[in-house]
Amino acid sequence: MNKTTTLITASVCTTALAWSASLLADDDFITLASTTSTENSGLFDAIIPTFTEATGIDVRVVAVGTGQAFEIGRRGDADSLLVHDTAGEAQFVADGYATERLDVMYNDFVIVGPSDDPAGISHSETVIDAMQRIAKSESPFASRGDDSGTNRAELRLWEDAGITPQGEWYRELGSGMGPTLNTAAGMDAYAMTDRATWVAFDNPQNLTLLFEGDEALFNQYGSLLLSAERHPHLKHDLAAQWHQWLVSEQGQQAIADFEVDGQPLFFPNAE
Amino acid sequence: MNAHHTPPVAALELDNVGFIHRGHALLKPTSLRLAGCQRTLIMGPNGAGKSLLMRLAHGLLTPTSGTVRWQGKPPAQAMVFQRPVLLRRSALDNLTYVLAIHKISRQNRKTQAINALDKFGLAHLAKRPARVLSGGEQQRLALARAWLLNPQVLFLDEPTSALDPAAIKAVEDAVLEFHHSGTRIVMTTHDLHQARRLANDVLFMHNGALLEHTPANDFFTAPTSHEAAAFIRGELVW
Amino acid sequence: MPTSENAFSTALALILSMDSALISIVTLSLQVSLMAVLIASLLALPLGAALALWHFPGRNAVIVALNALMGLPPVVAGLCVYLLLSRAGPLGEWGLLFTPSAMVIAQVILVLPIIAALTRQQVEALHGEYAEQLNSLGLSRRRMIPTLLWDARFGLLTVILAGFGRASAEVGAVMIVGGNIDGVTRVMTTSIVLETSKGNLPMALGLGIILLALVTMINAIAHMIGETAKRRLG
Repeated sequence: MNKTTTLITASVCTTALAWSASLLADDDFITLASTTSTENSGLFDAIIPTFTEATGIDVRVVAVGTGQAFEIGRRGDADSLLVHDTAGEAQFVADGYATERLDVMYNDFVIVGPSDDPAGISHSETVIDAMQRIAKSESPFASRGDDSGTNRAELRLWEDAGITPQGEWYRELGSGMGPTLNTAAGMDAYAMTDRATWVAFDNPQNLTLLFEGDEALFNQYGSLLLSAERHPHLKHDLAAQWHQWLVSEQGQQAIADFEVDGQPLFFPNAE
Repeated sequence: MNAHHTPPVAALELDNVGFIHRGHALLKPTSLRLAGCQRTLIMGPNGAGKSLLMRLAHGLLTPTSGTVRWQGKPPAQAMVFQRPVLLRRSALDNLTYVLAIHKISRQNRKTQAINALDKFGLAHLAKRPARVLSGGEQQRLALARAWLLNPQVLFLDEPTSALDPAAIKAVEDAVLEFHHSGTRIVMTTHDLHQARRLANDVLFMHNGALLEHTPANDFFTAPTSHEAAAFIRGELVW
Repeated sequence: MPTSENAFSTALALILSMDSALISIVTLSLQVSLMAVLIASLLALPLGAALALWHFPGRNAVIVALNALMGLPPVVAGLCVYLLLSRAGPLGEWGLLFTPSAMVIAQVILVLPIIAALTRQQVEALHGEYAEQLNSLGLSRRRMIPTLLWDARFGLLTVILAGFGRASAEVGAVMIVGGNIDGVTRVMTTSIVLETSKGNLPMALGLGIILLALVTMINAIAHMIGETAKRRLG
């Protein structure tokens, strides 16, 4: 009994020590709520070290859907937001949760689908035409269905195409981008994805990139500076440094330098 | 430590004690008085209510009618069960456990426990898990445990019914040892020969009623109830 | 599709490389789950024992509730803890959201009902056997608790392992309250979700194999301790 007790006590103490050590670690960090597309592509791994080196501030990324990122911001659970839903961001500022919104960069959406392209969208001139072809041929389409920035952009495109997407062929998954691509690959469905996630995605199976390049598919990312009035406890000074750095020359260059397989995924466009 | 108890052991009085369970009167209202340092054996066929009477006397059960009371300060008591309930630890730890309950200092616990093991011929089994001991060894360990409680009254419920003759002998010797050191013995048995060997006072029960309470000699020579007479003759009584 | 061979070689390569990120993920996983199980045990063992010994009005309701909570979906537990710890929530002041502590709290909520409910069963069975002897020794119910818990220890070891299994396997709760922050709150299960969403299935499966191996190892150690002690003590 005594041996067991000693063993347990020892392990508890070790754990507790390790614990307090990790908690006492430096306080110089901010929590950034951002989207899965930026995190999964590896962008943050590429640019955050540069920022940390310049400022001594670490950035902890919580990668969620844009809808959830807004909610985290509203509740005051993150110091900064980097998301891609321009209309939603404007609303967020209008509601007083953020004091400033800045354009940071854009990437674009692409439409992927089975390589034999049953709806023939690779011949389309515009994304509207591509969407109409998919709907007309009732080819399976996998939608995020999770109120994310990508999902909102997709729904706007259906609306512009004059289509109310519904029926057996339109499948709302309620999943993140990666799981949606996994599912689309599994059921040979079309899907709309941001290019960053697509390029970094390792399980395409029979999926291939079928449509790209329409300006309507551009996907603008914005950084939000949260309201100090509404959430005084947040690390506004540190968050402001991050916010400014993203649009600074160094930050914009870091974004431009980030490539996957020799392909740039995000295009800095701060004014 | 088991010195002679100088003050007389408090008498136990049962006043119209009855026990009803789910509408069945398992014990009909019973009055009796146990005093002095007797070896009282409760006898009777299975289902007569012997164990029940003992549990009511020891306080494990509360009567549904009547009262159980001690005249004076309730004495130190212990009970040994038909199937010994031993803790899942070594024989020695089973003994130090009860000493710890009674707030004996840590140093003294081990000495006392080892002495008790020795007294009951278990010293060589001290480190063995209690639950792998033989039936006889387990019952002796239970007696050693009771010994450490230094009881003025010791209850035993059919303590030998599952044991072989050698083990029975050891238990009976232990009972006499307790008695010798001034402990009142209250024990149930359905074994007539055992009763003849141990009893100097007999309670005879049948069908939930106490039929006789007499000195052992009178009981075995001249029982007053015909159930007891039949029981002594070795006839089947139920 | 990743072949299983592929996943095994990925797992093996991961282990052999002693990747520091992997080590920190494994360490954090174990720290969080073991701490949660420890805290939950300290609360749930006495609680379960007390439920076994005391009969009070509403006891059955408590037992049913505990049994039902054994099936509490981790996401729901995570969501509740998120709402509690969020800055806008009642405990927001503590600033614990997106920290390992928040993950521990969520897992305690998941594990506690399992340990309490199963402890109640084990102790109740043992009490049935011990009650008369312990009453005869004059023990109050409160003082019976340590005795019963200690004597039920082999069964309770399995109960605690069941709790650990639930803690180390769940992802829903730690994902929500931890945020899967690289190097801070990223554990085995959230890494597996992340790698799956990147379509990096061999890596995801490789991590899964490592997690399974770790859990198996801990169970084997506990089993061995239990068996040795059982052989010694009967």
